[in-house]
Amino acid sequence: MDAILQPVADFFGPTLWLVVWSLVKIFALLVPLLVCVAYMTYAERKIIGFMQVRLGPNRTGPLGLLQPIADALKLLFKEVVIPSGASKGLYVIGPILALAPSLAAWAVVPVGDGLVVANVNAGLLLLLAIASIEVYGVIIAGWATNSKYAFLGAMRAAAQMVSYEVALGFSLICVLMISGSLNFSDIVNSQNVGFFHDKGVSFLSWNWLPLLPLFVVYFISGVAETNRAPFDVVEGESEIVAGHMVEYSGMAFALFFLAEYANMILVSAVTALLFLGGWLSPVGFLPDGFYWMAIKTAFFLFMFLWIRATFPRFRYDQIMRLGWKVFVPITLVWVVVVAVWMISPWSIWQNVPVMAGH
Amino acid sequence: MGAKDYIGSLFLKELLQGLVVTGRHFFQRKLTIQYPEEKTPQSPRFRGLHALRRDERGEERCVACKLCEAICPAMAISIDVAEREDGSRRTTRYDIDYSKCIFCGFCEEACPVDAIVETPIFEFHGEARGELYYSKQMLLAIGERYKERIDADKAADAKYR
Repeated sequence: MDAILQPVADFFGPTLWLVVWSLVKIFALLVPLLVCVAYMTYAERKIIGFMQVRLGPNRTGPLGLLQPIADALKLLFKEVVIPSGASKGLYVIGPILALAPSLAAWAVVPVGDGLVVANVNAGLLLLLAIASIEVYGVIIAGWATNSKYAFLGAMRAAAQMVSYEVALGFSLICVLMISGSLNFSDIVNSQNVGFFHDKGVSFLSWNWLPLLPLFVVYFISGVAETNRAPFDVVEGESEIVAGHMVEYSGMAFALFFLAEYANMILVSAVTALLFLGGWLSPVGFLPDGFYWMAIKTAFFLFMFLWIRATFPRFRYDQIMRLGWKVFVPITLVWVVVVAVWMISPWSIWQNVPVMAGH
Repeated sequence: MGAKDYIGSLFLKELLQGLVVTGRHFFQRKLTIQYPEEKTPQSPRFRGLHALRRDERGEERCVACKLCEAICPAMAISIDVAEREDGSRRTTRYDIDYSKCIFCGFCEEACPVDAIVETPIFEFHGEARGELYYSKQMLLAIGERYKERIDADKAADAKYR
């Protein structure tokens, strides 16, 4: 690989090559990601259809596989209507600000061993920071459209996303404590040690088992964080039409849609990395690799859709109660439990490589 | 809330039960009927497009009594009457406006000579204004074209009337 790339690198020179090579890596990540996002909409309609004992889209192309492309084309050719009362600049920035962070966050998410755009030290922290920006897109969109439904949706989104970030953060703290690193690759590799790993059943030594309550809380908070059903009061089509998206049409609307699905994939990928050992093989005799990461992410994406097909929407005050009065206490208690566990003689994390130095 | 319920909700018992239900449906045989290729069975009583029938001698049954026009709640039927050369009372105009018709079947029930009937045909359309305005010739043509089917349907339903 290096032998082929070296002449190209020499041609561009060291500085320019850094830019070009980064751009290549970004495209190599984003293009498949956007294809996944498009086909996520297809998978959603198909899976939810199946769970409702119907077939889902099956007319556009074989098995309806061209449906996302047809939808994208339709949205591309539609006019973006800007309401007369809207604040035009913010109206345009809203959807961009919703999509950009959910794509930018992928910079630090490794999809395989070493397969990452930017292998930064504080990857998890960066991810949390970028993910927090997402709420701005929603708020700006809700404010800029100058519609009461959009505004209500934006207010709900702000409160909900901020509340669930607390529980999300606490469960991540536990992961940090036991792996001793903010770097995703280190977090994944630290899961590949322990009693069960030596026995050849690595999947039992991954974080999901010792941190089971946090794993559940993290995933549910992730669902709430992406405003997916049953936490989709932000859109709540039966209450506030479509929330912050109500006045958007055409490609501007499509950007919100892309952002939502990109977020879903991001949350699934991060859950797979933090709790299910990312690209690590679940059993000793199978090799590690990118495909394990893909399978685990797909599993969580399926869970997203399964949950949406199963549960009715939460009432708004119930969402707040669940966030503040159930998840925050549970995660807080578990931070203490894990901390005590770690310094007790029964700690199972003494052999974690990054911890050994301490 | 008892201790049992509390433990149950802490371990998401009922949520998991719900997921099992949808999970089972995921593998169930799908109920969708793919319309143009597959169709649901139809009752002989189905009320679709109207037809004007003829009797055994090929003479139109309608005697222009105007009962159907009178009973039609949507006022979709318009009839003009005149005496024919042989002295019989016949319609010169028998129009049904399908943009008004509600397919209630009262016309068929009111008809003393079983001249106007509703057929099981429901796949028809009009692309311009006026294309859903059916004249006497068109209704008679429907009756001739689907005679066997109409007769079979009426015979199947006769014992329940």
